[in-house]
Amino acid sequence: MTISIDPQKTNNESLQPKGWLRYFSFSLDHKVIGIQYLVCGFIFYLVGGTLASAIRIELASPMSDFMPRDVYNQVLTLHGTIMIFLWIVPVVNGAFGNYLIPFYVGARDMAFPRLNAVAFWLIPPSGLMLVASYFVEGAAQAGWTAYPPLSITTPHSGQIIWILSVLLLGGSSIFGGINFIATIIKLRRPGLKLMQLPMYCWAMLGTSLLVVLSTPVLAGTLILLSFDIIANTGFFNPVLGGNVVVYQHLFWFYSHPAVYIMVLPAFGLVSEILPVHARKPLFGYTTMVFSIMGIVVLGLVVWAHHMFTSGTPPWMRLFFTIATAFIAVPTGIKFFNWVATLWGGKISINSAMLFSCGFIINFVFGGITGVALAQVPFDIHVHDTYFVVAHFHYIVYGGTVFIIFSSIYHWFPKVTGKMLNEKLGILHFVITFIGFNLCFAPQHWLGLNGMPRRVAEYDPQFQFVNQISSLGALLMAISTIPFLINIFFSIRGGKDSGDNPWNALTPEWLTSSPPPVENWEGEAPLVEEPYGYGKQFSD
Amino acid sequence: MTTLDSSKEIQKNNSEVNENHDDFRMFGLITFLIADGMTFAGFFAAYLTYKAVNPLPDGAIYELELPIPTLNTVLLLVSSATFHKAGKALLKDKNINAQKWLFFTAFLGIIFLICQLFEYFHLPFGLTDNLFASTFYALTGFHGLHVTLGTLMILIIAWQTRIKGGRITSQNVFPFEAVELYWHFVDGIWVILFIILYLL
Amino acid sequence: MLIKKIYLIFTISLVFAISFWIGFNVNLLPAEASINAPIYDELFKILFIIGLIIFIGMTIAVIYSLFKFRKRNDQIGDGIALEGNLTLEIVWTIIPSIIVLLIGLYSYNIYDRMGGMKELNHNHEMMSSDTEKIWAGISQTSDNAISKNNLSIEVSAMQFAFLFNYPKGNFISGELHVPVDQKVSMKMESKDVIHAFWVPEFRIKQDIIPGQPTILNFTPTKVGKYPIICAELCGPYHGGMRASIIVEEESDYNDWFNKNKKSEVNL
Repeated sequence: MTISIDPQKTNNESLQPKGWLRYFSFSLDHKVIGIQYLVCGFIFYLVGGTLASAIRIELASPMSDFMPRDVYNQVLTLHGTIMIFLWIVPVVNGAFGNYLIPFYVGARDMAFPRLNAVAFWLIPPSGLMLVASYFVEGAAQAGWTAYPPLSITTPHSGQIIWILSVLLLGGSSIFGGINFIATIIKLRRPGLKLMQLPMYCWAMLGTSLLVVLSTPVLAGTLILLSFDIIANTGFFNPVLGGNVVVYQHLFWFYSHPAVYIMVLPAFGLVSEILPVHARKPLFGYTTMVFSIMGIVVLGLVVWAHHMFTSGTPPWMRLFFTIATAFIAVPTGIKFFNWVATLWGGKISINSAMLFSCGFIINFVFGGITGVALAQVPFDIHVHDTYFVVAHFHYIVYGGTVFIIFSSIYHWFPKVTGKMLNEKLGILHFVITFIGFNLCFAPQHWLGLNGMPRRVAEYDPQFQFVNQISSLGALLMAISTIPFLINIFFSIRGGKDSGDNPWNALTPEWLTSSPPPVENWEGEAPLVEEPYGYGKQFSD
Repeated sequence: MTTLDSSKEIQKNNSEVNENHDDFRMFGLITFLIADGMTFAGFFAAYLTYKAVNPLPDGAIYELELPIPTLNTVLLLVSSATFHKAGKALLKDKNINAQKWLFFTAFLGIIFLICQLFEYFHLPFGLTDNLFASTFYALTGFHGLHVTLGTLMILIIAWQTRIKGGRITSQNVFPFEAVELYWHFVDGIWVILFIILYLL
Repeated sequence: MLIKKIYLIFTISLVFAISFWIGFNVNLLPAEASINAPIYDELFKILFIIGLIIFIGMTIAVIYSLFKFRKRNDQIGDGIALEGNLTLEIVWTIIPSIIVLLIGLYSYNIYDRMGGMKELNHNHEMMSSDTEKIWAGISQTSDNAISKNNLSIEVSAMQFAFLFNYPKGNFISGELHVPVDQKVSMKMESKDVIHAFWVPEFRIKQDIIPGQPTILNFTPTKVGKYPIICAELCGPYHGGMRASIIVEEESDYNDWFNKNKKSEVNL
């Protein structure tokens, strides 16, 4: 039997909402779904950012004086949970993945458009439920890691709502992963080989493999945790014979690959952006593919480096040290390849390029602290301190969020047909870069010298450095203003972009901006060299 | 003849340059079952770790009898075979035979669930009695939910295989094959569960 | 070409020089107060220097590219069509692999010197039975030269305090007192949720877990009062959960010990 994949024809055309209403409907169009993911994710980014601001205000003074202590723990729990499950994972996977992958494989839509819409629509209710939990009996307050016994002994309703929300969001992620694997492997246009695909496809393939293999383990773990909370079982409750360390192993089996689920798509996106604005091919395509696969395989066997001071025996700690350190090799290779992509190019210094270069600088920093943290004896001193907080914010914010902004500047013309204002973009970059580094660089020192994480009060000797950090956070908050002004103004009043303002070579640029429903008029173009810059002319 | 074959057949007959593509819903289902399998893998890993690290406290009861679970294993294996027979009948357009085999498969599934419940009620330990009791009920319960869902789906496709107005025919076998794969998956998980929980 | 090579060698040397200078002169760590601390700081310095070299090098490469290879207004063409360079890629795969391997081996050596590879069981005289298994902790250091017999202490952590039980003196104290240069062996367990024992000046940390005891051993080398910080989220007062460890001369310690000890109670 055949499957018709024209989204307009699968539903009754006359009943479909038009214009902006499409974005509030159960649309099956991957481009609409991609934007739904992006906007929904960005709203949750603002919510998570507000929670972060509350944290930094509390930490501007060494005493717990801004909010009640249990509320502070709820704030930090929701901050982490929202940023991971409602902002980064949905946006780098669901938003950019859904928008771009069909273009890149030469298809009109994803393999399973209805599953796609279901995966998106799981997100707003889960997110709302999570935020609403604060107003019921209080939100979960055991951190996004929800370690028992703390997660079993704190108020139940918030924790159960948290578990339910994360289960739904995990399910959404798995549905997305299934869709991406099927689309990339099975839906490629005739004549398009795997090694001709844009690098973002490889990144999404690797990411989706991780999603499908590791997210279900988190689901199982949280189901067991919920039994401990509501049915008085003792899986992770030592009083009833259980083992808290088993929870940690199961939790981190997912949550370590989760960080690659957050970062690999970003690696793919920057691989698309740099060649366009440097007018040079992506350096080392084959090695890039192998390094993605290397990261996927290694990423599944390093989880216990989050447990170096926990209930793990010495031989186990050593194994995970060595395995974790090796991930630095395929990752480092990618960074050398990106710098080599810039080298010898004709670089346009615009917002997209600046955010991508900021990504390289920030992520190298975060990666280095990561290699240090991978070493057991080093980690013993800094585990659960602000050193770790600084490390992962350099990766997720300085890394992935910078790429998200870079991608928005890069693809906004394609999606809307308008150009973003460059001056506002550069202002956004400068404030963000300065604010981000001012906020998180000092936190390395705080951790090394005795400030643990997840605290509302601390040794007064740390106050000055904490205030610098909070000032940086204020700048980060302010930086969203020029960005939002830019978006809102440019959607209507921006300069017309034309089909291909960047003269790029990948398939999404070989159609109108915005693209038609069926992605291209006529057949999908066969792009055998997505990075074929410099071949025709260079001066 | 598989779904893929029949879809290619129809495409050959379709003369216009079309945007249609092969049916890979089975590929999607297999990916989903891998994900589902990983949930069970997490449970098994937890159980095996507990066995290695957490001793049963003094006085705690955790004893399993073998007869009922062995019967259950046989029931599921036979039901996979009967499901297969239903498939062969369907491809020969013998829809009534296919329905009979499907109903028999669903019947075996129901017997499985009844036996499981019988075992539950006769076990000397409850859900919260000790760690191994909890893990036992969690694993077998989660599996039992899958059997329940599978049995319901078998009944649904049995209805859809009806001659008048039924959507499942020898030309449209995907729903049948999907439920069949799901059922074999459930069967396979049970075999692993039987070995790990009851035999080890 | 020669000029370019000279510039390159000069830049690389400068990066190395700056990194080494910062690594040896900028102190980011607190005071060293245990046998363990200088060992740790050795590792830190190496990681810091290597990290600086890589970070400064990559940053220079990026910023230099942005300047040297930026598109001038009158240029409309592309850059060079360079898709890869096998030699370069092999070199920058092998060198990082070697560096990572060496760092790993060096860390193993440091971990061993910290006592990380030592057998955990049978090393605490307060093991309740031969069958009680300890799964986690840091055992004694391999350098036993300056210590005498073990000072065994049982640590209880609860929301939100640490309690230190001195079995030889049959008393419980809220403050941890130890003689300087004395090897201390702690067996720790939590009464409720997961806590952790962290003394930054000693560079040691171990989670305190309910349901299974963990071991932490150390030898303090500097007299003073240092904070014991809980380093695992344990509830609303996690930030306020701290105690003090007082490292003192043996005579002062004995005074404190004798003042606190209780005689055996015959039951």
